[in-house]
Amino acid sequence: MALNMQTVREAHEGLTKKEFSCNELVQECFDQIDRVDETIHAFLAYTREQAFARATAVDEKIAKGHTIGHLEGVPLAIKDNILISGVQATAGSKILGNYIASYNATVIEKLEKEGAIFLGKTNLDEFAMGSSTENSAYGPTKNPWDTSRVPGGSSGGSAAAVAADECIASLGSDTGGSIRQPAALCGITGLKPTYGMVSRYGLIALASSFDQIGPFGKTVEDVAIVFDAIKGVDPHDSSSGRASSDPVLAHLRRGVKGMKIGIPKEYFIEGIDADILKCVEDAIQEFQRLGAEIVPVSLPHTKYALATYYVIMPAEASANLARFDGMRYGHTAQDTRNLIETYVKSRSEGFGAETKRRIMLGTYVLAAGYYDAYYKQAQKVRMLMTRDFNEAFLHVDCILTPTSPSAPFIFGERTHDPLQMYLADVFTVSANIAGIPGMSVPCGFVTRGEKELPVGMQLLGKHFDEVTILAAGHAYQQATDWHTRKPTIVCL
Amino acid sequence: MSLTKEDIQHIATLGRLECSAEEQEQFTKQLSSILEYVTQLKEVDTSGVSYRYQVDGLENVRNADEVAVCDPSTHANILHAFPDRVVDLLKVKGIFEG
Repeated sequence: MALNMQTVREAHEGLTKKEFSCNELVQECFDQIDRVDETIHAFLAYTREQAFARATAVDEKIAKGHTIGHLEGVPLAIKDNILISGVQATAGSKILGNYIASYNATVIEKLEKEGAIFLGKTNLDEFAMGSSTENSAYGPTKNPWDTSRVPGGSSGGSAAAVAADECIASLGSDTGGSIRQPAALCGITGLKPTYGMVSRYGLIALASSFDQIGPFGKTVEDVAIVFDAIKGVDPHDSSSGRASSDPVLAHLRRGVKGMKIGIPKEYFIEGIDADILKCVEDAIQEFQRLGAEIVPVSLPHTKYALATYYVIMPAEASANLARFDGMRYGHTAQDTRNLIETYVKSRSEGFGAETKRRIMLGTYVLAAGYYDAYYKQAQKVRMLMTRDFNEAFLHVDCILTPTSPSAPFIFGERTHDPLQMYLADVFTVSANIAGIPGMSVPCGFVTRGEKELPVGMQLLGKHFDEVTILAAGHAYQQATDWHTRKPTIVCL
Repeated sequence: MSLTKEDIQHIATLGRLECSAEEQEQFTKQLSSILEYVTQLKEVDTSGVSYRYQVDGLENVRNADEVAVCDPSTHANILHAFPDRVVDLLKVKGIFEG
């Protein structure tokens, strides 16, 4: 097996046993990038020089007989809305086309401390607004399973990079499903941690009460390893105050015997692709075989999740994006007559259509006269939805749903109707609204026009209880092999 | 909920954006349909529901008010990103000019 096809665990063991060098590992990842990324377009920038410099340092350490950590020398890809000092951070937007990050995000500091290696920055929908990467100012990423289809989004580049074995694991961000949905569509595992578990310092903000950074991996175990490395309290992000630093990896093998898994009827509704439904139902049976108890639950306000999200998210986004004014960094319009014209022109030239739509929607729902009807009402429904989850979690340990209602769609299919695009998030936004952790795990395939397309199931957990969903996902992957299948582009 | 082109123009001005005639037309249609969709929130009975702006359960987290030194590379990077400057000062257009 090529080195780039390995998991974090396999790469770590190989390095430790000196079966290959870290330089060879990094080289094979870049070989794969050179081979497939012209087609896939997962990356917006490469950091080759830094990657090889760090690989040499790791090789020297191993040669000296020092022990290395789980992520030491492991090549990762980083979503281009997470800051690495001295490296571009476009957030998929023209307005940051010339921006070089001036400091490291906390997650980057933590991964550097672990000795991880960064191969480059990955593509995303502009400012993480989208479900397909079609909103990227730098062109869309292709789904490695079928390049005529979207990889999901917004973290489509990070998901496709892992699925196409261009890296070992990667980081994304999830505001309404931006890790879980592309993980499902690309056939890999992706975790959105509890709100407040991972520092958002150095993540270009979309909606601050929803945003969370999380890992993509080829297995649940890999996701757990990266999660352990990036979580914890950070003085730079006050919302991380309750984050735990206990490693989850040690608890991964607890199994699902006696675990109560809730099935919410509101997520198994008309409109879901029937083949996807079948895959998820098979997964439920598999859990039953493994000794879990399946319990019907109800989350009565689920039908309002998307509406709630599409009021609060644009409201927060419009406030967060006010900082892009052409003054201190990023694109500045030329030949303007005064300050206000510089603001207006810089923003209008720099932002794409979806970003403008959300700024305007957010501005509208926060405007005097509409605030109570939209924004305040949405915040109240958010409370009711959070209560729904708290109530359900009195009876079950975790909840299982489909991740996406449909298989990866064809490019251009939904770009003219924003509402259709928003429906891609219908099963994922609730976790962000309630702040709970969610993970997508591969659970089967559907066939569309001769191509096999991956399907994901979503596991939702209690606040700060990633351990339960990770253990459930790990038990499932020990019993199934969906996560080990590779798209043909990898093997050609 | 239906928006007019004038509404769109007004929101754009508030958001410091300008729209082409084509965008104005498109946004009028698209934002109207999104607003129509989110209007379903009105049917939820939220009487007596108190709310917060976040769900992390934390309140009034305070940090010590200390002057921290910026490391030289961050300092240099920030200055480097300025579109226009005079030595170490950011240069912008006059605030009080017409």
